[in-house]
Amino acid sequence: MRTGLIATKLGMTRRFRDDGTSIPVTVLKIDNCQVVSVQTEERNGYVSLQLGSGTAKVKNVSKPVRGHYAKAKVEPKKKLVEFRVSPDAVVEVGSEIMASHFVVGQYVDVAGTSQGKGFAGAMKRHNFGGMRASHGVSISHRAHGSTGQCQDPGKVFKGKRMAGHMGADRQTAQNLEVMMVDEDAGLLFVKGAVPGAKKGWVMIKDSVKKAAPEGLPYPAAIRSVKVEAEKAPVETEAKTDVVEDNKSGNEE
Amino acid sequence: MNEIENYEEQQIAKLTADKKIPVFSAGDTLRVNVRIVEGERERIQGFEGVCIARGGKALSQSFTVRKISYGEGVERVFPLFSPKIDSIELIRRGDVRRAKLYYLRELSGKSARIAERTTGRDIEKRAPKSNKKAVNG
Repeated sequence: MRTGLIATKLGMTRRFRDDGTSIPVTVLKIDNCQVVSVQTEERNGYVSLQLGSGTAKVKNVSKPVRGHYAKAKVEPKKKLVEFRVSPDAVVEVGSEIMASHFVVGQYVDVAGTSQGKGFAGAMKRHNFGGMRASHGVSISHRAHGSTGQCQDPGKVFKGKRMAGHMGADRQTAQNLEVMMVDEDAGLLFVKGAVPGAKKGWVMIKDSVKKAAPEGLPYPAAIRSVKVEAEKAPVETEAKTDVVEDNKSGNEE
Repeated sequence: MNEIENYEEQQIAKLTADKKIPVFSAGDTLRVNVRIVEGERERIQGFEGVCIARGGKALSQSFTVRKISYGEGVERVFPLFSPKIDSIELIRRGDVRRAKLYYLRELSGKSARIAERTTGRDIEKRAPKSNKKAVNG
């Protein structure tokens, strides 16, 4: 199992095939995506890579976290995400993974945080039909209707679909075809829509449902090592082994 | 320039490498030569009519052409940079005051005519009547 990548969603555009068909594509930017730490079987009980992406201002990074970056000798990142990998797909700490990690024609799963819809009614949230426009319906055209039976059971069952908060949760779009890879610009063009707003973080992984094509870079497409001229100013006392809380990034 | 604009510009350059798209707007009469694949064979079919609308930006630009075919109004919306369009010929410029000529759908016959535009944007100036105004490039 190869590692995934962290990217930001730039927006959507289109791509014309030679036969004239137009393909909607989402443009994903892979910006400075480096391995920050490796979790090993012996130390952590599982194998994964922690990747970081973007560039954070040093002043906005707390001292313990700076120490974490210093240990890996990488510049502070805006986003940290852990990806489970198989033991033979482990990549050295500090190596930068490029957009060419994915090849044209392969299928990927893209996970992101969907756009928040606020408190949404049952029609929008669960595709309920609503009520009639006329025939005696008054004020409740978009209401959900009955929520259960009568005195027996005398309660609304748990899990009854009702109005409530919608969106702003982690969603995965599966089986998106990679249409184009621009290694120099760090751009990945995938077919179709991707969850989340523009500039939002997304996680790209090899599709779990479609077989990977031949010739995928294994364990990863790594940029040829360049000397790290400068690294984040680091206080040496921060040596504790800090594992960044990466919010939505942890998944199997 | 952001990455998407950059990409769209490159795509436009690639798609228009071997063809020239004339400058046209709503009201102009166009002949759109469309590539049609019939089994193995490919041929070119013309679609001639009045451009009644242009839409979109950059790579996603489109235009609508309306013609009367056997007494029935027919409209086709083309993506401007579609590889299916072999060429676009500008036949006649029209003098109109709106960007969208949807009102033509309600009209027919004499009232659906559009006067020809002989001056203004993208038309070479005729010989100046007096030498007061310089020819503007």
